[in-house]
Amino acid sequence: MTRFLVRRLLSAALTLFAVSVLSFLMFFALPRDPVTGMCPKNCNPERLERVRQELGLNDPLIAQYAGYMKGIVTGRDLGSAQGGRCDAPCLGWSYVSNEAVTDSIARVLPVTLSIVIPAAILWLLLGVGLGMVSALRRGTWLDRAAIGFSLTGASLQLYFVGAVLLIVFVYNLRLLPVPSYTSLLDDPLRWASGLVLAWVALAFLFSAIYARLSRAQMLETLSEDFVRTARAKGLAKPAVYGRHALRAAITPVVTIAGLDVGGALGGTVITETTFGLNGMGRLAVDAVRSGDLPTIMATVLIAAIFVVLANMVVDLLYAAIDPRVRLR
Amino acid sequence: MDSPEPARSDDRPEPPTRRAAEEPYLRVRDLRVHFDTTDGVVRAVDGVSFGVDRGRTLGIVGESGSGKSVTSLAVLGLHDPRRGSVTGEISLGGRQLVGLPEEEVRRLRGRDVAMIFQDPLSALHPYYTVGRQIAEAYRVHHPRAGRREARNRAVDMLGRVGIPQPARRFDQYPHEFSGGMRQRAMIAMALVNDPALLIADEPTTALDVTVQAQILDLLADLQAEFHSAIILITHDLGVVAQVADEVLVMYGGRAVEHGSVEQVLRRPQHPYTWGLLSSVPSLHGDAEADLVPIPGNPPSLINLPSGCAFHPRCRYAGRNGDRSRTEVPALLPAGEPGHLVACHLPAGERDHLYRSDVAQVGVAR
Repeated sequence: MTRFLVRRLLSAALTLFAVSVLSFLMFFALPRDPVTGMCPKNCNPERLERVRQELGLNDPLIAQYAGYMKGIVTGRDLGSAQGGRCDAPCLGWSYVSNEAVTDSIARVLPVTLSIVIPAAILWLLLGVGLGMVSALRRGTWLDRAAIGFSLTGASLQLYFVGAVLLIVFVYNLRLLPVPSYTSLLDDPLRWASGLVLAWVALAFLFSAIYARLSRAQMLETLSEDFVRTARAKGLAKPAVYGRHALRAAITPVVTIAGLDVGGALGGTVITETTFGLNGMGRLAVDAVRSGDLPTIMATVLIAAIFVVLANMVVDLLYAAIDPRVRLR
Repeated sequence: MDSPEPARSDDRPEPPTRRAAEEPYLRVRDLRVHFDTTDGVVRAVDGVSFGVDRGRTLGIVGESGSGKSVTSLAVLGLHDPRRGSVTGEISLGGRQLVGLPEEEVRRLRGRDVAMIFQDPLSALHPYYTVGRQIAEAYRVHHPRAGRREARNRAVDMLGRVGIPQPARRFDQYPHEFSGGMRQRAMIAMALVNDPALLIADEPTTALDVTVQAQILDLLADLQAEFHSAIILITHDLGVVAQVADEVLVMYGGRAVEHGSVEQVLRRPQHPYTWGLLSSVPSLHGDAEADLVPIPGNPPSLINLPSGCAFHPRCRYAGRNGDRSRTEVPALLPAGEPGHLVACHLPAGERDHLYRSDVAQVGVAR
């Protein structure tokens, strides 16, 4: 088990290293000069050269990368034009918003986390629940209703569902305030009421996939020999389905959930835009639009960290679910 | 053995008093299991009767699709009533199982009737320790037993089926067991509630030949100890010869021959049984000309051949006109008491044919 953990951690670190190198090289691969984007007005050659100096763009590539990584780990001095001392984790300075990238990330990250994590819990419960019910009631109207629901969810666009939810619950029924972000720590009730529509919209969209997947998995597991053994022992149905079938059927669901949650934490642009919330997704899109390279790089790196982390969690869950995995 | 039997907290009925008819522990009469499919009705079992007493072993023999496994699942009440219909009579210790509510059948499963499956690797849950699965089987039927008691009982059972260091093995997973050990664990799980009837569905098919004999010996020893009735489902006549007292030969969902091992294996009456015997290699025969396979394939259970279902594959089907093709042969006494056969050939002709055509070949020698 220790060896398993060590190997997973090593491979995660390796992946992150590769992503950081790649996103760093993006600076140089992009067709536009990174500096012109950072100096919006009054650009003369001297000023450009000064910015280049400050950014360290005249240094060798490896030195630049080392400086960037050092900034993340220990913080570094960026020079007066970039706000001076930049504490760890330092992700550089944005000339577009004139602030440290770390600060803009710190502002939007809680929003994305608050959208994605409760939504993920909701869509997992809903999706797996629906899938189980329709597998166990296969061929009945309940099965057909669950499949119909999941098909609807999968075929509707999020901004459409979102708009309908907004019109019904906010503007017509006035049950909920216009979506906005309040810190969970400040006011849990306002936090929830401001985000609940985003959760529901995301959950409706995602639970469809989970319902279909877990239904198919459950049906396959129910025909396994060990399920027949469980019944032959005289176990009652809840134990057969819950303890024996569900645990075996859930494994692929965990994999997909890891990918989805990891990806969503990197930003849910459409959800954020639909509900007017400022999260990672909008920050990234705005950064791309304005050519704000330090911010782009930071969002890419953070999104990668989430995907890698989520996959590590998936691996650990796998090991917890299936003892055979611990051997590998 | 000398470990105290834990007090049973269940409501097992008193052993039924022997009636004049000497009812065996398990009595199956005219069992029919039919499945409705889009292609038609599958008559997986079509009117089979047999009985097994405690301490005795019945071997059910046949090719794949002959209905032997379906029969055993019916005895356990494991068929989905929405997809198949089970009719006839299955009486277990005097209690009629067909038509009993699912909850009552469930309480019998694993306690009065237990089953050993063919492939212990897929029949054990890969995610739970072997010991936990055995303890679970015990606790279902002993709801008042604590975790400790169930564990002790499971360790005890693992020891009794010949697994070394049972207390350590308790906490291992099925993939950490060898094939033979897994089947032993499966047997321990089946016997943990001391069932009166044990159904073993091809218990040695997935195992090495060397391990097969050990498992069969183990079953015989445990039967002597627990005094249980055993139904052994197999296509291996060698296994039947080794452990069974009686044999039921099935073909196309029906019984074609039934009798003691001595009768069926030494003086077989049905051409299908002859075919099975001729296709088993013998140590004493000529290695080149030893085996005679049965021509053709097992029949479709949806469109069973008319008359005797075996007639398209039978060398002797033409000997009595059209009868084999048109008339289903009844299972009738074949001479010796207890020996039954379903074949239109006259008894004298059967004896003659067996002696001249079959007795020289394969294991039949």
